[in-house]
Amino acid sequence: MDKNTCMVEVARFFMDFTQNESCGKCVPCREGTKRMLEILNRIVEGKGKDGDIELLEELGEAISKTALCGLGKTAAGPVLSTIKYFRNEYEAHIYEKRCPANACAKLKKYVIDPELCKGCSKCARNCPVNAISGEIKKPFTIDQDKCIKCGACVSNCAFKAIKEA
Amino acid sequence: MDKQYMIIDGIEVTIEGERNVLELARKAGIDIPAFCYDPELSIYGACRMCMVENERGSLEASCSMLPKAGAVIKTNTAKLRKYRKMILELLLANHCRDCTICPKSGNCKLQEFAYKFNITDVRFPNNSCQLGSQDKSSVSIVRDSSKCILCGKCVRMCAEVQNVGAIDYAYRGSKKKIATAFDGPIANSPCVGCGQCAAVCPVGAIVVKDDADKVWDAIGDKNTYVDVQVAPAVRVALGKELGLEEGTPLMGKLVTALKEVGFDAVYDTSFGADMTVLEEANEFVGRLSGNGKLPMFTSCCPAWIRFAENKYPEFLSNISTCRSPMQMFAPVLKEAYKGDKKHVHVAIMPCTAKKFEGKRDEFKDKDGNPYVDYVLTTQEVIRMIKEAGIDFKALEDSACDNPFEEITGAGVIFGVTGGVTEAVLRYASSDKSEKALEEITYTGVRGFEGVKEATVKIGDKDVKIAVVSGLNNTSVLLDKIKSGDVYYDLVEVMSCPGGCVNGGGQPQAEREARHYRADGLYKADGVEVKKSSEQNTAVVKLLASMDEHKKHEILHVHYKGNK
Repeated sequence: MDKNTCMVEVARFFMDFTQNESCGKCVPCREGTKRMLEILNRIVEGKGKDGDIELLEELGEAISKTALCGLGKTAAGPVLSTIKYFRNEYEAHIYEKRCPANACAKLKKYVIDPELCKGCSKCARNCPVNAISGEIKKPFTIDQDKCIKCGACVSNCAFKAIKEA
Repeated sequence: MDKQYMIIDGIEVTIEGERNVLELARKAGIDIPAFCYDPELSIYGACRMCMVENERGSLEASCSMLPKAGAVIKTNTAKLRKYRKMILELLLANHCRDCTICPKSGNCKLQEFAYKFNITDVRFPNNSCQLGSQDKSSVSIVRDSSKCILCGKCVRMCAEVQNVGAIDYAYRGSKKKIATAFDGPIANSPCVGCGQCAAVCPVGAIVVKDDADKVWDAIGDKNTYVDVQVAPAVRVALGKELGLEEGTPLMGKLVTALKEVGFDAVYDTSFGADMTVLEEANEFVGRLSGNGKLPMFTSCCPAWIRFAENKYPEFLSNISTCRSPMQMFAPVLKEAYKGDKKHVHVAIMPCTAKKFEGKRDEFKDKDGNPYVDYVLTTQEVIRMIKEAGIDFKALEDSACDNPFEEITGAGVIFGVTGGVTEAVLRYASSDKSEKALEEITYTGVRGFEGVKEATVKIGDKDVKIAVVSGLNNTSVLLDKIKSGDVYYDLVEVMSCPGGCVNGGGQPQAEREARHYRADGLYKADGVEVKKSSEQNTAVVKLLASMDEHKKHEILHVHYKGNK
């Protein structure tokens, strides 16, 4: 783990694991981990809402205190500790729609630097969703609504004109 | 030894062998909320609503906590309230909340707790109402997985008390659900239709199938004559839902109400029960003198018949060939109607399995029409009475219709475990004095134990009798009979613990209700002047008018089993 690791994604990864491992017997673990994962998925996709952090904390505490077995009692641990020590990362995802570690694919934004773009159209030809358009020999642009943040344009650009913003 | 105490919410509560802290608290009048706990079932500990807090502030589920002398716990703290609300919110988020059109509305534990805990907002998205979540394949019950909160009461009831095991948990985590084997329709499972799962379901995930609409249609049709028979156990289970005391015998008011609802004639299944007693006692005497297999099992309970077909086919020939009272009475009524309208016969039963019995091929006439067209449960009839806007409390008593209004106390007590046996004993005993009748009650046939035994002298023979209720108790008994560990001449089997008073079609009630209802039936028996079935002159006359062939045709049945 280093500065390129998103702590929200780390929490989401562990929650995905425990949610899969839940046997489903007791309510807090069965329903609670599902809801926590739902909220975390929402946050890393840039759809987090005001109040999500508090809801995660509330859910996490309730699950830890009421779950039947050790799995449920510890399931919320990674979420609660990342909120405790990296709350700013959660806030950046929710309020600024940005991932400080630049790791969350859905929160990335690719833009073409018009100064560097030669208008060769290689990026547009390699874009799987036809999100890039432009006239040959003039700077191309990316339609952010269509873009799926796959990064194919970045690796195909010979002039390093496409940047993550 | 000194008394041992536990301190619950500051109250000193004496420990008297309670099974857990939850029971102890309820004894002290503190009702800790719980979904998955039932005093009659094993402890599951899944809903986490019953958590309590100890002195150090740590939490434990009271249903799975042993009472410990000197321990101090609190059942209602800020922390507990917060967590309980969260659990409710989580359950509500995954529950199809179409409460206004849910058959369980008004009687639903989740609804009740959501109100009590003042849940006004559910912060999680809910898309649990889905098409295809219902299983309507059974004629007895309807399952709806979108309402299920996975408390597991139905699973434990089906496996532990009934030894049927038609349903169990399937999948894991948030995909967990209650399912039959291979997730097939419940109608193709070993389900016997006893309805005890519906009786313990705290929400609307398993409910009794409602056939009231079809009956309303028949009542509304001018060219249809609709008569109805009412089973003994129904009269004592209506009271609470209709504003009277639990367990009050209310046959008189019920007859009036059914007439107001629009039934053309109302009869008492106790009449059929008297027929059953006479036929069954004759059959038993025949078997005792070497004419057929012993032990003889009673045949009134359709869930027991189906259970025997599924699991103990080797005992099918031991089951009395007498039909159940409902199916003896129905063809008699069908024949008695001489009018030219279409005749629809409805039976009001405490039982969901009777719905299945009504549709069995064995109980259809030559043209393939069932003798009983519709079976309604007590629950459905209560709803019909409410729908018709009848003020039940204020009704006058009425008598049943002629010529079948004559009943005896023996027919009335069919509704409680041990009742059939007691009725047969009253008939078989040569001494009809009050004292002799009283002695029968002390032979051990009354009471709510799962298995009761008695030895009675009939003629010069000692007859060994067992009375069993609950299908798991039945299985244990059958296995013992098979291995030769025990011997009985007569075994009465009722599938529902406590007999029909606790049937799956009765209004949901606490454990004590069945005692009130049984007391009500014995009270109703007490006011009947005639105590023994052969004193029912109408029945005796009716049976005398039939020749052996006729009797065989409409009073007896041979279950062929599943093969």
